[in-house]
Amino acid sequence: MTRRERAILFQVALYVALAAGIVALALVADWPTIRENFWNKGGVDWADGNWGDLITIGMVNTVKYTAIAFAGGLALGLVLALMRLSPVAPYRWLATIYIEFFRGLPALVVMIFMSTGLPIAFGWTPPGGTVGAGLIGLIMVAGAYMAETLRAGIQAVPKGQAEAARSLGMRPGTTTVRVVLPQAFRIVIPPLTNEFVLLIKDTALLFLLGAAANERELTSVAKDFLASGPSAGTATSLVQAALLYLIITLPLTQLVAWLERRQRRSVR
Amino acid sequence: MTAAPVLPERGTMAPAIQVTGLHKHFGRNEVLKGIDFHVDAGQVVCVIGPSGSGKSTLLRCVNRLEEPSAGQILIEGVDICDRKVDLDEVRSRIGMVFQQFNLFPHLNVLKNLTLAQRTVRGRSKDEAVQIARQTLGKVGLSEKESAYPAHLSGGQQQRVSIARALSMNPDMMLFDEPTSALDPELVGDVLAVMKDLASEGMTMMVVTHEMGFAREVGNKLVFMDGGVVVEEGLPTDVLSNPQHERTQAFLSKVL
Ligand SMILES: Nc1ncnc2c1ncn2[C@@H]1O[C@H](COP(=O)(O)OP(=O)(O)O)[C@@H](O)[C@H]1O
Ligand SMILES: [Mg+2]
Repeated sequence: MTRRERAILFQVALYVALAAGIVALALVADWPTIRENFWNKGGVDWADGNWGDLITIGMVNTVKYTAIAFAGGLALGLVLALMRLSPVAPYRWLATIYIEFFRGLPALVVMIFMSTGLPIAFGWTPPGGTVGAGLIGLIMVAGAYMAETLRAGIQAVPKGQAEAARSLGMRPGTTTVRVVLPQAFRIVIPPLTNEFVLLIKDTALLFLLGAAANERELTSVAKDFLASGPSAGTATSLVQAALLYLIITLPLTQLVAWLERRQRRSVR
Repeated sequence: MTAAPVLPERGTMAPAIQVTGLHKHFGRNEVLKGIDFHVDAGQVVCVIGPSGSGKSTLLRCVNRLEEPSAGQILIEGVDICDRKVDLDEVRSRIGMVFQQFNLFPHLNVLKNLTLAQRTVRGRSKDEAVQIARQTLGKVGLSEKESAYPAHLSGGQQQRVSIARALSMNPDMMLFDEPTSALDPELVGDVLAVMKDLASEGMTMMVVTHEMGFAREVGNKLVFMDGGVVVEEGLPTDVLSNPQHERTQAFLSKVL
């Protein structure tokens, strides 16, 4: 047997194994039960099924919370990144301590701390109730991650850019805002979009803090439908929520892939 | 011509650039070892020397992109290391052209030329645009005002960067090997623009390897090696009759 024939044979064997596995699963599986449990007719009925609340409450709030956490995290991250690159050493230390601290903690711990720990420790409740507190926790963690992304972006802007601006007499602040940051943002669009996708999924943690009925995000709504509504007792609402998450995230991850391809092509 | 009394213009009293006893080290590496150097107003001074001799560092000390370790730098008689001096204001009067152009890639040509005019000079948009178009015309790139730097050739980019500096109406211009990053066929256009500038009386300090330009346009030629000025004089003298051994060795390699 030549090397080529052996390679072909090996590939055929892989396909056969795959087909055998699929056939075995299909034979073993109890299809009616599976359909009943994961795609219950009542739950997916548009008229009085789960979709209404899942979309108008869950999905809408998920997008809203993600947008808030992203905007807050970006603002905080920008401040931290600039502090980290500051010529003033204490600013650098503070930013480094903050970033290392909050990147090292689970977001959930910070969120629980903000919603329950702070009121106990300082007698102060963050605005927006439980959801508000959870979002602040999310922003605090997201800010730490975005700070590192932004710092890398700022440092990726060639030094000659700031030098050219300064040689024209532009002040340090103007140079940063008008010359360095616009270029840095362009560089970090793909990683920031990734950050956005991660935040979409992190908003599901809000479910663990609890929220009023119309403040629930997608996972909370789906979880509640596990025990109530037309598909109660089945996992249908989770499958529906999963589909809705993918409707938001898939275009974004595709966008990131496209942006990265384009960036790689247009190296100036 | 009216018979007004001849008042000295700004800059005619003191040299445009006066460097005295300039030292610069990076860590333990002493790059400039006591430089005395001056450029008179309206003069073109070319600086030549082997790579690593400290030409760029000297040029960058003149507008304090590099911080001098010791010595004095006077711009039009004003000590720019004095804490009371507004360094940004001084820099806005010193145009600088880099080897790598350093145009702002996120802005089109016109915006490259108006950004500093508006943020530093405080000019209105209309005024800035008008001046930008004027200087673009001067470098022969009027039709490129809405192009982005990435879509220009190296020679065009360098001419835009000269126009960007000129839009600030500087008193003097610094050039750091402005043609070294260019394909040979594009060098001529940039040198032509610089020649025009010189003939209009612009004060210029030019680090260059273009000996033809130095000979034809320069009022003075400075040869640097190892962080010191080895020899200086009229370009024709230095080029055809170098006094110092190191100058002779360098010129025999590049000519
Ligand atoms: N930012 C810097 N940090 C450390 N060393 C530097 C820096 N800039 C220049 N040098 C060193 O200073 C010396 C002179 O450099 P430069 O002024 O660029 O020379 P030239 O322009 O004549 O080629 C070189 O040895 C270079 O390595
Ligand atoms: Mg150099």
